[in-house]
Amino acid sequence: MQTLYDKLWNQHVVHTESDDPGSMALIYIDRHLVHEVTSPQAFESLKLAGRKPWRLNSILAVADHNVPTTDRSHGIHDPISRLQVDTLDQNCDELGITEFKMNDLRQGIVHVIGPEQGATLPGMTVVCGDSHTSTHGAFGCLAFGIGTSEVEHVLATQCLLMKKSKAMRIAVEGKLGFGVTAKDIALAIIGEIGTAGGTGYAIEFAGSAIRALSMEGRMTLCNMAIEAGARAGMVAVDDTTIDYIKGRPFAPKGELWESAATYWRTLYSDDGAVFDRTVALDAAHIKPQVTWGTSPEMVTTVDGAVPDPALINDEVKRHDMQQALNYMGLRANVPITQIMLDKIFIGSCTNSRIEDLRAAAHIVKGKHIAANIKQALVVPGSGLVKKQAEQEGLDKVFVAAGFEWREPGCSMCLAMNDDRLTAGERCASTSNRNFEGRQGPGGRTHLVSPMMAAAAAIAGHFVDVREFNQ
Amino acid sequence: MEKFHTFTGLVAPLDRANVDTDAIIPKQFLKSIKRSGFGQNLFDEWRYLDHGEPGMDAAQRQPNPEFVLNQARYQGAQILLARANFGCGSSREHAPWSLQDYGFRVIIAPSFADIFFNNCFKIGLLPVVLDTAQMDRLFEDVKSTAGYRLTIDLEKQAVITPQNTEYKFEVDAFRKHCLLNGLDEIGLTLQQAEKIKQFEQKRRNEQPWLFV
Repeated sequence: MQTLYDKLWNQHVVHTESDDPGSMALIYIDRHLVHEVTSPQAFESLKLAGRKPWRLNSILAVADHNVPTTDRSHGIHDPISRLQVDTLDQNCDELGITEFKMNDLRQGIVHVIGPEQGATLPGMTVVCGDSHTSTHGAFGCLAFGIGTSEVEHVLATQCLLMKKSKAMRIAVEGKLGFGVTAKDIALAIIGEIGTAGGTGYAIEFAGSAIRALSMEGRMTLCNMAIEAGARAGMVAVDDTTIDYIKGRPFAPKGELWESAATYWRTLYSDDGAVFDRTVALDAAHIKPQVTWGTSPEMVTTVDGAVPDPALINDEVKRHDMQQALNYMGLRANVPITQIMLDKIFIGSCTNSRIEDLRAAAHIVKGKHIAANIKQALVVPGSGLVKKQAEQEGLDKVFVAAGFEWREPGCSMCLAMNDDRLTAGERCASTSNRNFEGRQGPGGRTHLVSPMMAAAAAIAGHFVDVREFNQ
Repeated sequence: MEKFHTFTGLVAPLDRANVDTDAIIPKQFLKSIKRSGFGQNLFDEWRYLDHGEPGMDAAQRQPNPEFVLNQARYQGAQILLARANFGCGSSREHAPWSLQDYGFRVIIAPSFADIFFNNCFKIGLLPVVLDTAQMDRLFEDVKSTAGYRLTIDLEKQAVITPQNTEYKFEVDAFRKHCLLNGLDEIGLTLQQAEKIKQFEQKRRNEQPWLFV
């Protein structure tokens, strides 16, 4: 009896140093996604060592972190950002790597375009020099982020040296209530197990609430596995997975499709497979989540209040909590719904897919952002998501409500381009990290779902989206 | 990669849990296409009072006197004591690069985030895990003793205090071997090139859709 993780791991072992299950293994990599920030040094070292990429058609590249989300017809004005994007273009052109360039309709956030193109397939190992590579595990594949040395290692050898992780199963059973989304499941899990709870584990998300999620929802959930400390998150393959992939440009066709789909249907944890840790959550008890601090585990429910450090016994924890509240400019015991906001960000590899935009548009339709909201951004995850949304008229809904409708990229999730918070500004954000300075130096981030961000934009402060539209 | 055998150095304490990679090296510095020069921006937002951008002259910046690494007694520190879940967040290898470029050779903490931990070994920066009680003791000692130095003996897998107390730590045998000998992992993997080719061919036969 094997877990899904066992099956994926065993399929990719090229060589092991010894029979000891804890020893290093050489793991074959099927798909290598590349972006501009973590690849230049890898390409440079590869060249200096006189090596070439092992298998070019395993690689798909795109620039996403540095790209402007406003008019791109004049290129990138920041010379340092421009150089990084140009360097990716040059490396890809020189080596013959498939790249979606900045003005290509298919350009977008690497973790949005991989699945969208069918470049992410069940049973694969997928790596990228980016921690949110865990996103792709939604397809029943083993996907995880790597550092630049490992990017070079994969380029040169198509393999990685690694140790097998432990396996954790997080089961979410039951039905989610209205206004509760995959993002809320993810934050509720992190609130439960902590940001280091998944360290050393690969997490499989299972249970009826997960089965009921769309692929977009599963991607949101697996995306946040790394915020729970797990390098990889995954969901077993089912009809939802296979229906999503069918017909996508990089997906197999014809006879190959049939044999692929037959194999993919074996990618689940066998009954009775043993996990090193199991966690259970009741979907019906999950409420919309809002983070109040500077780590994703500093989270509570929308009907809750900012916690009081004075009630915490552990000294290090109390100190960290106080430091977080000071940074966030929050006082203990203030109800979450009384927190006033300055900016709204709907986007990122966590929540910028079509379903996210539909959910947010549904909330803001016919309304307008509050007077205290200085800026509300919607940044679609890819050019194709943007096009789809425009065909559905979502752009008009957002613009009429006072939102800015932007070009695709990572944008204000990490503020490597011009989209950022200034010191002291407070943002409801659909991204994945509320670290100090993440969205701009001194900026204050509250992580929420797209529906919660949309409702907060209209109200000017957090509101319980479950009561908002009724 | 530089070899790592035994190292003795000045210790600095960073008494805070969940130090993330955005804090270690803020995003604006990731725009560099080089592997070096990140040390001057290590912990930039905590270390300086003014806002840092790439290309600024560090000598013209305003250091934050409150930040631990700016205190006179910790100048030249090469061993960092940290708290749980050090290096959480992104996969940016710029985080270990910046710690190493600043001068650190060893980070000691009760736990590390997986990707960060892994990245450290790739560049010869040694992450050492000790238990919380041992960490508490070291934090106390370093704060109460100016010029506090520790020795890390990788062969013996021990952190050795000035009083000759030894704290043993675990390290994977393969990683230890690579560090002790300064081995290039890519070179090692390429010794298996034939095996990789055979594996790939088998995979191509069984799952041809992965290779189109």
